[in-house]
Amino acid sequence: MALQSLDIARRSATTTPPPGVRQTTEVAKLIDVSACIGCKACQVACMEWNDIRDEVGSCSGVYDNPVDLTAKSWTVMRYAEVEEKGKLEWLIRKDGCMHCADPGCLKACPAPGAIIQYANGIVDFHQENCIGCGYCVTGCPFNVPRISKEDNKAYKCSLCSDRVAVGQAPACAKVCPTGAIQFGSKEQMKDYADKRLVDLKSRGYDKAGLYDPQGVGGTHVMYVLHHADRPELYSGLPDNPSISPLVGLWKGFAKPLATVAMAAVALGSLFHYVTKGPNEVSKELEDELEKEDAK
Amino acid sequence: MIRNPKDLQRYTAHERANHWVVGICFILLGLSGLAFFHPAFFPLAQLFGGGVWARILHPFIGVLMTLSFLGMFFRFKSLNTMTPADKEWLARVGEMVNGDDHNMPEQGKYNGGQKAMFWVMAASVALLFVSGILLWRAYFNFPVDAVRLGAVVHAAVAAAMIGFIMVHVYAAIWVKGTIRAMWYGTVTRAWAKQHHRGWYRQMTGK
Ligand code: HEM
Ligand code: SF4
Repeated sequence: MALQSLDIARRSATTTPPPGVRQTTEVAKLIDVSACIGCKACQVACMEWNDIRDEVGSCSGVYDNPVDLTAKSWTVMRYAEVEEKGKLEWLIRKDGCMHCADPGCLKACPAPGAIIQYANGIVDFHQENCIGCGYCVTGCPFNVPRISKEDNKAYKCSLCSDRVAVGQAPACAKVCPTGAIQFGSKEQMKDYADKRLVDLKSRGYDKAGLYDPQGVGGTHVMYVLHHADRPELYSGLPDNPSISPLVGLWKGFAKPLATVAMAAVALGSLFHYVTKGPNEVSKELEDELEKEDAK
Repeated sequence: MIRNPKDLQRYTAHERANHWVVGICFILLGLSGLAFFHPAFFPLAQLFGGGVWARILHPFIGVLMTLSFLGMFFRFKSLNTMTPADKEWLARVGEMVNGDDHNMPEQGKYNGGQKAMFWVMAASVALLFVSGILLWRAYFNFPVDAVRLGAVVHAAVAAAMIGFIMVHVYAAIWVKGTIRAMWYGTVTRAWAKQHHRGWYRQMTGK
């Protein structure tokens, strides 16, 4: 949704600087997977605050409901049952947009201003500028954006950019009963995570760590994981995600070069014409045929 | 309209109509596709009623072009087999471009350049069609890596094909007396004798 602002760091399909005179603190949401009880209050708060109701689905036999992110469900809890050291572990991860510092969606988007990144790090979709091509889905390393079947616009978690803009925490962070969702400056969140990691390590999780993947420049949604060495245990959280090299190739320097090459062919043709002149049918041949006809 | 009854028939009405359908589709595809290609071209989307309409229309026009191109492909395929004379023509295309076509090897209905263009176009349309379907999110949902590859292929082949088509169109403008073959289907005998002597002899028996 649109939020007129002076603190835009990046704007999709835009080659000149966006309005960015206002500098704001880099924010982050920290999701402490070790403290999450899977109550889904955050899912509810998300639909409440954004005032969107997904269709009532059906039970798939596990707690995951809805089973996947949709245009109307911007966050879902994913429940993984994992056996570690002979013990069952229930790894519950709140999935949704990670708000990458280097967002693949924004890089891929061809519509000016459909995706913007604020100076505070939030990556936001402006649906009124979205053309519904789905390139953001192709660009995202986390498989997050969803195109609505109703209006063909792309939707995802906005990190409650509207709340954050007026100094409020995102709705999910506000509602979490165990404090598993924290919100603040990115620095504060890293400090908070450090304390959590000391606690987890003292309890035997020696591989506990912070998930803030540098392949996408770090993220503005981070996880505290008990098994940071194996993020894929958490319902397929990617280990070391980055924008696909194919997307880099597709959106990289080759396109301006191709544009110059196309222009060169057009101009080359024009100048070929004016320097070499047209390739006319020779007068000789025409006369020859005329003579033949006259015979 | 018959300007001169001795003019040579180069294309039938059906062949011309088919070529025009492909040509119009191509121009619409190029304009709408470039809008997504790079922000510099995004204003082209306005020609189609805005970005959303350009996004909706482009793939349908693409399917139409693919189907009509298939028609052209089967009409002209057998006329476009490469011969050793064509290869020699291609090797010496520099002389031709330089404006001196006197010593070029004798050509049939199509010269080596036209035949090469035919096969490049056929390959490009095939690649654009397959990659375009991969990109068509409104109706398909292929594995994301296939879509990513499709995006690279589609953008690269489209840019190359736009370049080749500019050459194709320019060649028709440069070689005087050619464009009428696509308007009313005929060319003068002198044109044929100069540019496609083999075909000229075949048509006139001389
Ligand atoms: C053959 C059938 C074709 C199909 C099914 C097709 C389909 C598509 C689709 C689905 C897209 C993504 C945007 C959208 O959703 O509308 C696209 C983009 C594009 N198409 Fe096509 N297309 C076809 C042919 C062509 C042709 C002939 C050209 C060249 C003149 C072309 C040029 C482009 C370009 C330049 C893009 C933007 C690529 C990018 O974002 O880098 N397409 N096409
Ligand atoms: S679908 Fe995604 S990539 Fe396409 S215009 Fe909308 S936000 Fe941009």
